[in-house]
Amino acid sequence: MSEHQLIQSDIALSAEEIRQIDVELAHIPQKSGAAIDALKIVQSQRGWVSDEALVAIARYLDMSPEALEGVATFYNLIYRQPVGDKVVLFCDSVSCWICGCDGVKQKISEKLGVDYGETTADNQYTLIPVPCLGACDKAPVMMVGDDLHTNLDDQKIDQIFAKRTGEGEDC
Amino acid sequence: MENVLIEKVLTRNIGPDQTPTDMAAYEANGGYRALHKVMAGMTPNDCLEVVKASNLRGRGGAGFPTGMKWSFVPMGEKCTPGHKYLVTNADEMEPGTFKDRLLMECDPHQLIEGMILAAYTIEADRSYIFIRGEYVVAIERLEQALVDCYKKGYLGENILGSGYDLEMHVHTSAGRYICGEETALINALEGKRANPRAKPPFPQVSGLWGRPTIVNNVETLCNIPHIIDRGAEWFQSLGIGEDSGTKMFGASGHVKNPGCWELPMGTPIREILEQHAGGMTDGRKLKGFLPGGGSTDFLVEEHLDLPMDYGSIGAAGSRMGTGTMIILDDKTCPVGMVLNLIRFFAHESCGFCTPCREGLPWTRQVLEDIEAGRGRKEDLDTLVRQVKYIGSMGNTHCALAPGAMEPLQSALKYFQSDFEAHVEQGCCPYAADMKAQDITTVQGERA
Repeated sequence: MSEHQLIQSDIALSAEEIRQIDVELAHIPQKSGAAIDALKIVQSQRGWVSDEALVAIARYLDMSPEALEGVATFYNLIYRQPVGDKVVLFCDSVSCWICGCDGVKQKISEKLGVDYGETTADNQYTLIPVPCLGACDKAPVMMVGDDLHTNLDDQKIDQIFAKRTGEGEDC
Repeated sequence: MENVLIEKVLTRNIGPDQTPTDMAAYEANGGYRALHKVMAGMTPNDCLEVVKASNLRGRGGAGFPTGMKWSFVPMGEKCTPGHKYLVTNADEMEPGTFKDRLLMECDPHQLIEGMILAAYTIEADRSYIFIRGEYVVAIERLEQALVDCYKKGYLGENILGSGYDLEMHVHTSAGRYICGEETALINALEGKRANPRAKPPFPQVSGLWGRPTIVNNVETLCNIPHIIDRGAEWFQSLGIGEDSGTKMFGASGHVKNPGCWELPMGTPIREILEQHAGGMTDGRKLKGFLPGGGSTDFLVEEHLDLPMDYGSIGAAGSRMGTGTMIILDDKTCPVGMVLNLIRFFAHESCGFCTPCREGLPWTRQVLEDIEAGRGRKEDLDTLVRQVKYIGSMGNTHCALAPGAMEPLQSALKYFQSDFEAHVEQGCCPYAADMKAQDITTVQGERA
C-alpha cells in the first residue's frame, strides 16, 4: 500500500477507543506522549494495528504516520500483522533454556503446526518468543493470552492445547 | 528449613499460598502507618535524611544509594515551576529475575505506599508505575489498589489533610528489555522509541518531559515505608555485613527448590543455594552461577562462601545485580548458556549504538559456530577482542552491551576448556547430556 493510499485511509477510531485514549491524554503534556497507550488501546479492541488504524491514531495524536510507525515497530507487544485469537508468548531466555524449553518449543510447534511468528490455520494461536517472563523458578514457562503456564513439559502442552488434536478439527 | 530468626520485612504479608494483600489486610499489619506519620509532621527533608542514613541501595541491579539519588532533585525554590515525577521501574525483564512480580502481585499497597513517600520526599506531584505488559495479574491488582487509595484519600489532592497532592498512574509497557534502562524507560513513557538517552543531563534534573524525575526499582521502593516507620538504625541492623536491609534472593536452574526468598543482605551464597534452594537436583553438580541475572559475571564453587552483598560480589569480579541467581550445572553446556544470553541481548539491543547493534550479532555468530562445532581456534581470540570493544563502558550510551559481555568474559575465564573442547572435538561435548534431558524427568527431580 502506497503512502498516498495510507493517508487517504478513512478508517476512524471508535468512540470507545477515543474515550480510552483521552483518559491517557489527560495526564500527558503532549499528544504524541500517548502513542504507545493509543497503539495498545486500539490493539486491544481490534487484535492488531493495521496500516489504516495506525494512520487514524497518528491523525488523532497529531503525529506523522511515519513517526508512529517507528514507535509501533520498536515494541514487541504491538502487533503490526494480524495475530490469532490468542498470542502464545513463549519464553526462550536463559533459565527456561537450562530447564529444557527447546524441547517444549518443538512440541508446541508440532502440536500447533507453526513456528515463531506464525499463526495456526484456524487462526486460534500465534506463536512468538518473548524475553524472560519473570517466573524462572517455574521454568519453562509461557503465556497463552493472559494466562501464565508454568513448569511446562510435553504433557502440559498436550493439556493446554487439548482441543487441537487432529487436522481439520474445528475448535 | 525456615529460620525463625530472619525478620520478614518486604514479604511479611506474603504467605506460602501467596494470597494477595488488600487494603484492609495491609493496614491491619501496620500498612500506611508510615504515610500517616509523614503526613502528620515530617518534612520532605526529614524523610530524605532517614533514607540517606538507612544506607538503602537500589535493588534493580546497579546498587546506587537511594538517598543520594533523591538528593540530586532540585527542591523548593531551587526548582523551576512545573511537575516533578516519581517513576517505579516495574519492567522486570532481566533474564533469570522474578522478584518484583512477587512483590507486586502479593502486596501491591506496599509498593504504592513506598511510592507516595518517595514522591513526597522529592516533592513530586505525578507518579507512574511503568510495568511490563505481560504482568497482567500485577497490573490488575495495582490498578485496584490505586482505586482504593484514591477512595481513602491516600492519593489525589490534599493527602490526609497535609496539603500535598499526588497523582498516580499505571503505565503498561509494550515490551522490550531496554525499557528497564531508566532513560529508555523515560523515552517510552513519552511515547517514543525506547532508545537510552546520553547522560548528562541525569533524570534527577531533566527526565520525563524535561522535568526532574526519579526512577526507582520496585523492591527499592517497597523498603521505604519500613525505613520511615522503623528508622534507619533498625534497617541497617537487618543486614549481616556492610549492606543494610533484607534482599529478595532467588535461584533458578537445576536446583531442587527453585524460588525467591527474602533474606538478610549479606547472606552467604552457600546458604541460599543449599538451605533455601535445596541444593542441586540429583545427578547434577554445580558448575557455576550468575549471581544476579543474565548480565552479571559467572562465579564458581570457590565463591560459595561469599556473602551476597554489593561489595563482596563486586570484589569477586561480578555484580550482585538483581540478587536472583541462575545456576549452571555440569550437564548444561556453558557455551550454549552464554550463546542463549548473547542471542537475547543481540535481539534486545535498541540499535542506537554501533558496538551494541553490530557487535552483539557478531558475537552471537561466533558463539553459534563454536556451539555447532564449526569453531576455529582463533575464534576464541575474537571473543576476547569483542569483550574488550563491546564491553567497555563509554563505547555505548547505556550498559546493555557491557552487561551482555559479563557472562561471556567470565565464561572464557572459568570455562575456557569447554570452549576449547568444542573447537577441538568439532561438536558440543554436552550434546548427549542435553538431548537426554527429558522434561518430564526434570520436573520429577524437583517433586
